[in-house]
Order: sequence, then structure tokens, then C-alpha cells
Amino acid sequence: MSTGLTYHTYDTDHMTPAEIYGHVLAELAEERKEIVGLTADLAKSTKIGKFGSKFPHRFFNVGIAEQNLFGMAAGLALAGFIPFVSTFAVFASLRAGEQVRTDICYMNLNCKIIATHSGISFGQAGSTHHCTEDLAVMRSFPNMTVIAPADGYETANAVIACVDHPGPVYIRIGRGFEQTVYTGPDYGFQIGKAVTMHEGSDITVMAIGPCVLHAVEAAKRLKEQGISVRVLNMHTIKPIDKEAVLAAVNDTRRIITVEPHNIYGGLGSAVAETIVEAGKACRLKRLGLQDEFAIVGYTDDLYSYYKLDDNGIMEAVAEMLEVEVEEDEDWENEI
Amino acid sequence: MPLTEQDIALLKEKAWLARRNTIQTLMWAGGGHAGGALSQIDILVALYYHYLKIDPKNPKWEDRDRVVLSKGHGGIGYAPILADVGYFDKELLKEFNHTGSPFGMHLDMLKVPGVDASTGSLGHGLSIAAGMALGARLKKKTWRVYCILGDGECHEGAVWEAAMSAAHYKLDNLTAFVDRNKHCIDGPTETVMALEPLKDKWISFGWHALVIDGHDFAQIGSAIDEALETKGRPTVIIAQTIKGKGVDFMEDDPAWHYGGIDSDKMELALKSIDRMYGKA
Repeated sequence: MSTGLTYHTYDTDHMTPAEIYGHVLAELAEERKEIVGLTADLAKSTKIGKFGSKFPHRFFNVGIAEQNLFGMAAGLALAGFIPFVSTFAVFASLRAGEQVRTDICYMNLNCKIIATHSGISFGQAGSTHHCTEDLAVMRSFPNMTVIAPADGYETANAVIACVDHPGPVYIRIGRGFEQTVYTGPDYGFQIGKAVTMHEGSDITVMAIGPCVLHAVEAAKRLKEQGISVRVLNMHTIKPIDKEAVLAAVNDTRRIITVEPHNIYGGLGSAVAETIVEAGKACRLKRLGLQDEFAIVGYTDDLYSYYKLDDNGIMEAVAEMLEVEVEEDEDWENEI
Repeated sequence: MPLTEQDIALLKEKAWLARRNTIQTLMWAGGGHAGGALSQIDILVALYYHYLKIDPKNPKWEDRDRVVLSKGHGGIGYAPILADVGYFDKELLKEFNHTGSPFGMHLDMLKVPGVDASTGSLGHGLSIAAGMALGARLKKKTWRVYCILGDGECHEGAVWEAAMSAAHYKLDNLTAFVDRNKHCIDGPTETVMALEPLKDKWISFGWHALVIDGHDFAQIGSAIDEALETKGRPTVIIAQTIKGKGVDFMEDDPAWHYGGIDSDKMELALKSIDRMYGKA
């Protein structure tokens, strides 16, 4: 980390990933004077307001106008600043999608988008405020790096790392309190590098966001039943960690992806593309929204309803282990 | 300071050249947004040959004034001016629109020196310009930002989001022009979707607003001077222009929003431009 700062103040027991983001950004900005913050009337909801109250002269709340939000951020980036822009994921990726693409990605600007309320994390708000399309959208924009942190610690790591990661970065986090999967921030987070959360050889579960914790819990329970599950935290969806995906194909021949996102265009798609392009045979199941708008409900209920929780993952693992897979003897020659 | 007669004579000469070069580039390009490129030219000429603090040998000079051509389709009338002031070799214009060329009809800031922002999709530029102007204030810099909007572009809601915030942040270092040539692609703006009273709209959004003849350098000059002196709010200069100005068979004809010319048509167009400037 080139900032020379250390972060040991975040309290994941009492702070949501968004709150941790707000604190980390406010700390980062003390040393990095080029950081400015922008939001569109969501300073409180996205927690960028924590930066805003500390650095009011470097913080711009443009009102409920997301297109202008990203256009102004582009202008500030062109003037030499590093804008952090926060709004809900659905507005960042869809309402202002063209501004993100054309004003930020096309000009390859050093702009960081920290989008909250992603996936189904705003469960009771309904589909107008859910966002199960952002990974597909953001992944298709050239120059964009796309990250979905697993918890508050990883959110902090991603926010710190993105400052010196050149070009546009999209970080999607949830809305409220999420349990942590990590016990601290020091596990070697690196953009583009998957993290092995649980070793295993029968099957691999690749997950993002809160689904990482569910996958780890499922793997622990399955271990008691004698099933060996590898769990990978695929926090960076773009660029996808091809090495980790192909190692999983080789070692386990069965992969399940889990994401609070439509199965089209997100983690599952990125993994599928990687496998198919390598020319390798592998069983793949994508857990996520099966091309439908989510029902309204408590977020935890929705994770359960869409089989993105411990039980859902265990069920999918059991089903996939029923299926025969062929061995691949030519692996070394082909990869 | 008002433009002197000498200043105006120079600007007229440069406008004549810019119109000729635009038509020449249009032929090389095989087609382009002729009408809007010709209507905006006198605004760009006044900026580039008189008002802007720029260093074409150092296009990324931090303290330079910025220009955002929000009506990015005017690129074919903009690139010849950038070439003439020295950002790149005029010979490169022969590649305009060609496969693999740095020059497409909407200019790319990563490929064309002197372009401060990539534009093309309408309704984006004023927000970018406002961000740049805000950046200047944060950095305590005196650079100014000029943004050129199309009039049809003002149909875009995002223009008004940007207008609201530029006034809110009191960006008096930002000056917008509206190239009021009165046509969008499908016909007159007032028939397609009425913009008037346009000046009142800008005033109600908190801007200092002026309406001028966008082909009269004395008026363009005094409007820019007024913008430079206006404090506490941004200025918009609604420049009444003629689409296709200078080429008799293009003037006020929406069919020339986009079009191509062959060498015969080019000669006719150049002769028309020469006549307008008393050069024929």
C-alpha cells in the first residue's frame, strides 16, 4: 500500500460495509488531497457523507441528478482530481450508465464509483431499487475494473487499493449490515486475484459479496458430511482471475457460481466464458437471479428464496455431485 | 476589452479559412455534419484566435483554458481550427473519418491533441465543463472553461441538470454558448420540440444570459467580455446562427445536417464561402 497509512479502526461488528467505506475514504483523503467526493442526494445512504462532513469543500452533492453527477465527476477527473462517486448501484449502472461509459470509461478517467444498495440488498424496496444488472453493464465497459467485496474488511481493502489502481473502478457493496467473512483486513487482498476461503477437491464454489460467507458456511457443513468443497472469493469480476478458474476446473471438474445478480452477465458468465475459451469440459451451475426481477422481502429471506444462502448452496452442491464428470488426461498439453 | 477593427479583420480572415478547411475536410471525410460545423465556426474562431489561453505546443498545459465542444458532431469544423492553431499537422485532416484514423466525426481526446473532452452523445458536455470549472476553483487556478452546446441538444434533460448545478456552485469561470441554428435532425427545433423562450429558461436556472448574432465578431467579443466580467454566476451566450453558414446551398437546409460532397460540390461550396468574404 503506497499511502503509508494503516487502518485498524474499523469496527465490523458495528459498522456496515458502506459505513466502513465512508470512514476509510475520509482517512485516505487526509493524505490524498486529490480525492474529491460526489453524490446525488445519497450522502447519508451511501455513507460518502462521512467524507463529506470531514472535507466539505471537497464534497459535492449535486442533488437528485445522476447524469450530471457522473459528468461532473469526469470534469473533475480531467482537472486532475480522483473523484469518488457514490449512489445506488441501479442509478450508477443504469440511470447514468451512458455517462459512466462515455464520460468516464471512454476517456479512461481516474474515477472511482462506489455503488451501494446493489443486488437484492435493498430487499423491501422492490425492483426499482434492486440492482441485479450492474455487473453485466459495468463489465462490458472497456477500461472498467469491477469489484464486489465480500464484507466490510474487503470493502476497506478494495477502496484503498482502487486509489492507486489507474483508470475507472466500480465497487459494488450492499445496503445494510452484513456479517463478516474475514477476521481482519490482512489476508493479501489484490485486485484481480481470487482468494481461497476453504480448501477442497470435490467441487468449487465461486462467490461474491455476501454469498462468500454463505459458501464458506456451506463448505464447513459439507465437510462434516465428507464432501470437500473449495470456496473462492471472486471479488474482482473484471478482470476475472482466469488462473483460479482454470485451476478449479482441473482440480474439481465441478463449479458453482453464486452471486446476488442476474445469472446473465455477472460472475457466472465471466467464469463460463473463461472455461469455454480454455476448451475445457466442466460442470457449471450458476446460482443467482434466474433472469427474473426479485420479489420484495427481507434481504436475508431473499437470499434464502433464491437459494443463495448456506442451504441453497448445499443443495446445489449435492445435486451437482450426483452428476458424473469425465477425467481430463490432456490438461497439461492443452492449457 | 472590445475587439478592435484589426482584431475583427484577423478573425474574419481566420473564419474564412476555417470554413474553407471545413469544406475541404468534409470532402476528404466522405461526409459529415456540415450544417452545424459551419454554424458554430465564428464562436470557435473568436475563442481560438483571440480569447483562449492555450499553448498548442503543450496541449496538456495545466493552466490552459478548456473547451468542451458538447455538440461533438461539430468535430469536422473544430479539427481544422485545432490544426491551424498548431496542435497537429493539417495534412492529418486528409484522414478524417478514414478507417483507423485518429479523427472520427466526434473527436476523441485521447487521440486528437487539443481536445479537452471526448464528446458526441448530446447532453454530456456541460456537466463535464462544470466539473472542470469546479476543479479550477478547488485548485485556485484561473483557467476558464468554455462549453459549446447545440440548440437541439438543449432538449436533453441532462443539460438542465448541469445548468442547475453550474448556477448552484456559482461557476463564473464557466461560459456556455448555445449555437442557436434553429434546426435539429428532423426539422426546426420549434416544430420538433419547442425550446423558446430559451433565454428565459437559462435565466430562470440562475445564469447570466445573452442573445447575440453568432456570426458577428463584435457581438461575440463583447459577449465574451461580459462573461469574463460577470461574477457569481455562469454566463450563457445564445448565439443566433445559420445552419450551414457560408455555403449558399447548405444554409438553413436541414438536409445538410449531415452530408457528403464531391469535388464539384466542394468547388461550389468554396466559391460561395469566398463570395461571402469578398474573396471571389
